Amino acid sequence: MSALLELKNLHVAINSKAVLKGVNLVINEGEVHTLMGPNGSGKSTLSNTIMGHPKYRVTKGDILYQGKSILKMEPYQRALIGIFLAFQYPKEIAGVTLEEFLLAAYRAKQAYNEPTKPPVLVFRFKKMLHEIMKEFKMPEDFSERFLNQGFSGGEKKKAEALQMAVLEPILAVLDETDSGLDVDALKTITVNIDKVMRKKNTGVLLVTHYQRILKHLKPDFVHVMKDGRIIKSGGPKLAHELEEKGYEQL
Amino acid sequence: MSTPQSKSKVQKKPPTNIFAGLNRDTFDYFDPSEYMKKFKKGISSQLIAAISKDKDEPEWMLHQRFKAYEYFTRIPMPDFGPGLEALDFDEICFFAKAADKKGGYENWEQVPAYIKNTFDRLGIPEAEKKVLAGVGAQYESEVVYHSLEKELATQGVLFLDMDVAVHRHPELVQKYFMKCVPANDHKFAALHGAVWSGGTFLYVPKGVKIEKPLQAYFRMNAMNMGQFEHTLIIIEEGAEAHYIEGCSAPKYGSNALHAGCVEIFVGKSAKFRYSSVENWSKDTYNLNTKRAIVEESATMEWVGGNMGSGVTMLYPCSILKGRNARADHLGIAFANSGQIQDTGAKIFHLGENTSSRLTMKSISKGGGRSIYRGDLRIAKSAKNAMSQVECDALILDPVSISDTYPNIKVDNNSATISHEARVGRLNEEDIFYLTSRGIPQAQAEAMIVNGFINPIVRELPLEYAVEMNRLIELEMENSIG
Repeated sequence: MSALLELKNLHVAINSKAVLKGVNLVINEGEVHTLMGPNGSGKSTLSNTIMGHPKYRVTKGDILYQGKSILKMEPYQRALIGIFLAFQYPKEIAGVTLEEFLLAAYRAKQAYNEPTKPPVLVFRFKKMLHEIMKEFKMPEDFSERFLNQGFSGGEKKKAEALQMAVLEPILAVLDETDSGLDVDALKTITVNIDKVMRKKNTGVLLVTHYQRILKHLKPDFVHVMKDGRIIKSGGPKLAHELEEKGYEQL
Repeated sequence: MSTPQSKSKVQKKPPTNIFAGLNRDTFDYFDPSEYMKKFKKGISSQLIAAISKDKDEPEWMLHQRFKAYEYFTRIPMPDFGPGLEALDFDEICFFAKAADKKGGYENWEQVPAYIKNTFDRLGIPEAEKKVLAGVGAQYESEVVYHSLEKELATQGVLFLDMDVAVHRHPELVQKYFMKCVPANDHKFAALHGAVWSGGTFLYVPKGVKIEKPLQAYFRMNAMNMGQFEHTLIIIEEGAEAHYIEGCSAPKYGSNALHAGCVEIFVGKSAKFRYSSVENWSKDTYNLNTKRAIVEESATMEWVGGNMGSGVTMLYPCSILKGRNARADHLGIAFANSGQIQDTGAKIFHLGENTSSRLTMKSISKGGGRSIYRGDLRIAKSAKNAMSQVECDALILDPVSISDTYPNIKVDNNSATISHEARVGRLNEEDIFYLTSRGIPQAQAEAMIVNGFINPIVRELPLEYAVEMNRLIELEMENSIG
């Protein structure tokens, strides 16, 4: 059986400047991979490239999802087949509520997965959304707010995890979803991410600077990225080492 | 693995939305127009006499028409805004009727089936059942249907076809008709005065408050048609009402002309809201004049969405005559490929403590051009006037254009005025964010655009907000326009 995600000698450029210089990585279903590394090493570029951001140009290599190249797929198509990116800096969209946005996304996915079924009714979706929000300890009216507008840093990250919980991806790339969260919020988020993982056997690529999220979301592998390459991979212990000694030793 | 493109098209809205089924065909569908053979193109004094005779009008109205025609021949074309060179008056049919029933039917079942079907497709009888207090429906030059809730009629509310009002309420009509917009105002007001036909007459007596909106729908069907409906609205002291207008026409690739006129008199302490969703076909010249005179402590609210037309020139005007009068102008203009939306507002502050607020949102796409043209004047007499103007433009691609021409003239230094204008472009990062959740690009762009106009659309009754959002989606789906 092919891996969930396989990055093969991936080279990526932004405006003809090379940022990723040959990344190799294999993630199987149900695995948690942590990606660490200093600022500017290419972690966010990798996350955005997997999702298909048009600004990031793959110059060499390939991205295989369930054994097939996704390089020619648009971002929305990648989402429909089960890929999710929790943004480091979620965008603020005026006039569009979190709820209507999620309903549109949910219906798009539903139409793709079960094309013969009628789209979910608004009130059913609302009910489902409110139940998930309860687990996130969010007030009900939170979903009536405009998407990320006026959200605090923590609320934005929480809303990203909420979106993941609603859309139930098979591959989740979490780009610093832990930063800016207090201990309680961090716990709430990770509990819910864990729940999705159990249900869908989701593979996770977790980009982070901090050790503390790893207490809640136990990684199977830890990778260190530097200057556009993964320079070291190992088990959970590697994260401890990094926190103690920093990246300089590598 | 198949690409999801083919599969993701299944999208249905819940059935409770009256206008959710709207699509391009809804508007572009046209009925065969055999009746047009009877009507000639071009304008002449014979035609004007014939219109008046057909309507069996009183002498004074015929006289007004001739006077307006005289102005029309003398007044030059507008010296500003989009070029109107391609508009050939000899190629326009100024008067045509499909059905022959004065004042329109009072029951949809009596309306000729093909006309009723057209309005069915547009969702009008359905909206009437669910949300409206009264409906007027005009097809070509004449009104084919009119209704008003009985309760309102007994309270003295008049909601009639304008042609009928001339006969039944001559004293009211003569007192107000083209007193707010005089025929010599500009060339198209003159043209309108000469050939006007159909439209709405609404009279709300003192103190009567109408909660549900009243609606009129104006439909042009035939090729090269000209529609010149006259809307005269009188809201007496302390009365309140909300009137909605919808407009559409099919596309023929040959010019049509709409030069309607809306005159509104808002009495002391009265409150009136005029909403319109104009979706004329892209070969229509929409040269419309809308104006309100607002008396002491009265409120006038304009909510308008302009989606269609090849060329639109429309600047709803509020004359704040009485002290403490206020006006609120909310507008949306969408200029797609081949369209010029030259829209804005005119606000004249005459009374003391008058206030106005204007929020205009424009969208340009596919080479379309949207222009905000504002004319704000504070007279010497308007002590402590306040005005707040906000224009937001959203440009969706590099070939589209947005311009702003604000004209502000203040003759009183106690006035407080603010003017803000912003131009934004569709942001690649925002679109990526939405598409990364499985929403196709065109839908994501439509969401952003609908979000952009949300502050205005939410002022419309829910069903019409849905219609507006649906129209935006249609514009976003199709780049050919």
